Amino acid sequence: MRPQDILLPAAAGLCCKPGGFHIDPVRPVERAVITHGHSDHARAGHGAVLATQETLDMMRLRYGENFAGSTQAIRYGEEIRLGETCVKFHPAGHVLGSAQIAVTCKDTCIVASGDYKDAPDPTCTPFELVPCDVFITEATFGLPVFRHGDAADEVEKLLASVVLFPERAHLVGAYSLGKAQRVIKLLRQAGYDAPIYLHGAMETITAYYQSRGIDLGELRPVKDVKKGALAGTITLAPPSATSDLWTRRFPDPVTAFASGWMRVRARARQRGVELPLVISDHADWDGLTATIGATGAGEIWVTHGQEDALVHWCRSQGLKAQPLDLVGYGDEEESEAPASDEAEA
Amino acid sequence: MNRFAELLDRLAYEPGRNNKLRLLAGYFREVGDPDRGYALAALTGALSFKHAKPALIRDLIASRTDEVLFGLSYDYVGDLSETVALMWPKAPTISQSFQSHPSPQPSPLVGEGQGGGYSGRDADESPHARHHNNPPPPTLTEVVTTLRTLGKTELPKQLERWLDELDETGRWALLKLVTGALRIGISARLAKTAAAALGDKDPHEVELIWPGLSPPYLDLFAWLEGRGDKPVNRDPAPFRPVMLAHAIEDSDFAALDPADYIAEWKWDGIRVQAVAGRDELGRITARLYSRTGEDITGSFPDLVPSLRLPGAIDGELLILREGRVQSFNVLQQRLNRKVVSPKLIKAFPIHLRAYDLLGDDENDLRELPFAERRERLETFIGKLGDPRIDLSPTVSFASWAALTAARADPASAGAGEDADAVEGVMLKRRDAPYLPGRPKGQWWKWKRDPHIIDAVLMYAQRGHGKRSSYYSDYTFGVWTAGAGGDELVPVGKAYFGFTDEELLQIDRFVRRNTTEKFGPVRHVVHEPEQGLVLEVAFEGLQRSPRHKSGVAMRFPRISRLRWDKPPREADRLETLERMLKAETVEVEA
Repeated sequence: MRPQDILLPAAAGLCCKPGGFHIDPVRPVERAVITHGHSDHARAGHGAVLATQETLDMMRLRYGENFAGSTQAIRYGEEIRLGETCVKFHPAGHVLGSAQIAVTCKDTCIVASGDYKDAPDPTCTPFELVPCDVFITEATFGLPVFRHGDAADEVEKLLASVVLFPERAHLVGAYSLGKAQRVIKLLRQAGYDAPIYLHGAMETITAYYQSRGIDLGELRPVKDVKKGALAGTITLAPPSATSDLWTRRFPDPVTAFASGWMRVRARARQRGVELPLVISDHADWDGLTATIGATGAGEIWVTHGQEDALVHWCRSQGLKAQPLDLVGYGDEEESEAPASDEAEA
Repeated sequence: MNRFAELLDRLAYEPGRNNKLRLLAGYFREVGDPDRGYALAALTGALSFKHAKPALIRDLIASRTDEVLFGLSYDYVGDLSETVALMWPKAPTISQSFQSHPSPQPSPLVGEGQGGGYSGRDADESPHARHHNNPPPPTLTEVVTTLRTLGKTELPKQLERWLDELDETGRWALLKLVTGALRIGISARLAKTAAAALGDKDPHEVELIWPGLSPPYLDLFAWLEGRGDKPVNRDPAPFRPVMLAHAIEDSDFAALDPADYIAEWKWDGIRVQAVAGRDELGRITARLYSRTGEDITGSFPDLVPSLRLPGAIDGELLILREGRVQSFNVLQQRLNRKVVSPKLIKAFPIHLRAYDLLGDDENDLRELPFAERRERLETFIGKLGDPRIDLSPTVSFASWAALTAARADPASAGAGEDADAVEGVMLKRRDAPYLPGRPKGQWWKWKRDPHIIDAVLMYAQRGHGKRSSYYSDYTFGVWTAGAGGDELVPVGKAYFGFTDEELLQIDRFVRRNTTEKFGPVRHVVHEPEQGLVLEVAFEGLQRSPRHKSGVAMRFPRISRLRWDKPPREADRLETLERMLKAETVEVEA
């Protein structure tokens, strides 16, 4: 069976005809299989949704009880028959509950990896390598200039700055689902045990992480805290808030941003970031190329991000590769980074 | 090198001038000689080694990485040094170096990509820089002194070694240094101010002795730290930091009294400082400096004999033919030539039009009020009596209305036949001393109104540098009759003029109205009823066979967004052709 008879890009997203479902559809569909809870992948309004319990919970928290007609939870490693296909979920290491979806039909296995990273993350199950025939990879950081390094080193940078400027508040821009909790956990692992403050938009999801047994230490809402009391503290906020009037409640804030984009100076500068922290929930170039090679897939489909470079690299390795022209992922992340083309990175 | 790289890195992110000063002063305090002196030289553009050409850097990266991947990366990052610094792969390890014979598709990235592994990449990250046995990274002094003596042919190998030894930030700083383009938002003035702060000196004092100093500035630092005497500037023809003007806004006039100001034409040439002085033996040395202090004497040897009176003139370099000032386009043809041939000199006779006198023989006039310096200038030029140097006339006016009229019609206000070379008027306070930099409220420039057309946005491209995530380079077109009815023909490109807010708006428009993508270029909808009209301001027009439209604009920029205007109401090519004709007629008349 030709892979394109199993999965094919359609207007609503990646469509599996023999299985009768879409993966991460951007428009309402009858049956949706969803990789993870970020809003460009998990949208409301589908008939039936199949996802991990965590992803379903996050969708419920974001969109309300009636975000879908019906839902079904699936565990990592669990297999489900859908139409003529067999669907199996594997950890993607991107955020809590994130999954790669292996779709097998007859003798062909396609893995739609969603967003993934192969770097360690104390807040989610590590990425699992799934051998397959066709690997669908993201390419958010699909350029060899993106090498993320060790996130712990970046957190050390933040802590050093807090020591250096005890009279200033540190405001860390981080996407509210995944990145924020990872940064908090990394701070705790680095031995920082003071209370960490949260922007209102972070509270629900962070509380959810805690309810799933992830210990994040003492967290406080930043709302109603007096300006003077915030000197020498760390506050996590959505990236858009760090350049907002909202920041005026902080004493001379140092603006940090935890994102893979911070590798590129211009990106940091145009956002007015003074302390760029290269911490990403996506695989970097080395991660992407290593993973692609290790899956053993002979054919690679590349989606959202820097497709051209990754497709070129695959071909130079003798792999069959093509960009999947899917729209609606990363590029138009509306909820958290208005008027910018940054994914939840 | 690493400490210097760290300094550059922090400076690049630091927006505040005071914090930048603190960082710089801190560096000068912590770091010893001669490293800090070479750092000061790097920041003030005073390093004398021959800079590596970007082409050399490109060759280096091409030898280590895939060309296509480099191209895409460069396009994304927007800065050559940064791209190379980020994607520079480590040297092939010993185990790999036996691959001297050509292997199939030897992508150098294979080693990098496959080496990392996907599980526990943290635990065994040995392929990364952690446990290598490389030599220690070079110091800044080592880099600078090596570059000074290094032969051209040895440079690539040396650079490659350094790139292997340094980390990302170090590579970035090294490349910035060797290409001579630091561009981290630090002016030479700021660096000198920070150095002055080391000894609580007035930066102006440093400026005055600066031309006599050379890297690594041991005598300067000794003086600043109270360990030595103040260095003496022995250069007979030193550069004096230039005074610049603010652009005047309509709202500024209300607070200004015409009686306080002298007006003169703003000539469309090159602002220069022409300095002559006697050395110890009494011989005259003459030098021509650009407004940034670059010695450009070599490009204008024909002016040197005219600089025979000791003094320092602030003026404009122009081309004069039969007493007529030529357009900037003509002057441009004399610039950036490697060889200044007698033929070139004859075809493009150089001329200096004097605005101001900063020094008269041994006397420094800069503390005097402008009105007084102007009188001294008139005397000086009269005494010189040289056909190649004349006085820029003042424009008399009694009210702002009168000056407005003069600016609108320089020909009848005294500029006569040279009116085309007038870019606008300059307003200088009568009592203004000559101050380096751009002091507030002293000098104003008031340019002539630009030409304006309404054009339609056709293509957009990501910007470079600071704007690399924004579609900030715009190709715009006007209507012309085509085979199948009216069509848009591109007439120019602009990438500034808009506000940050407008940039966001256009960026959003581009993303939402892209019809096709060609690599980094987006094809934006441009139909008679659908599209974005840009009001484009520009300074002049030229015929250009290289452009499909046949015209090229000088200094085009976006002056307004016309969300209110449907594209079909944008201007036509005929309008531009009429403007072009009008300009040509003026020139030929």
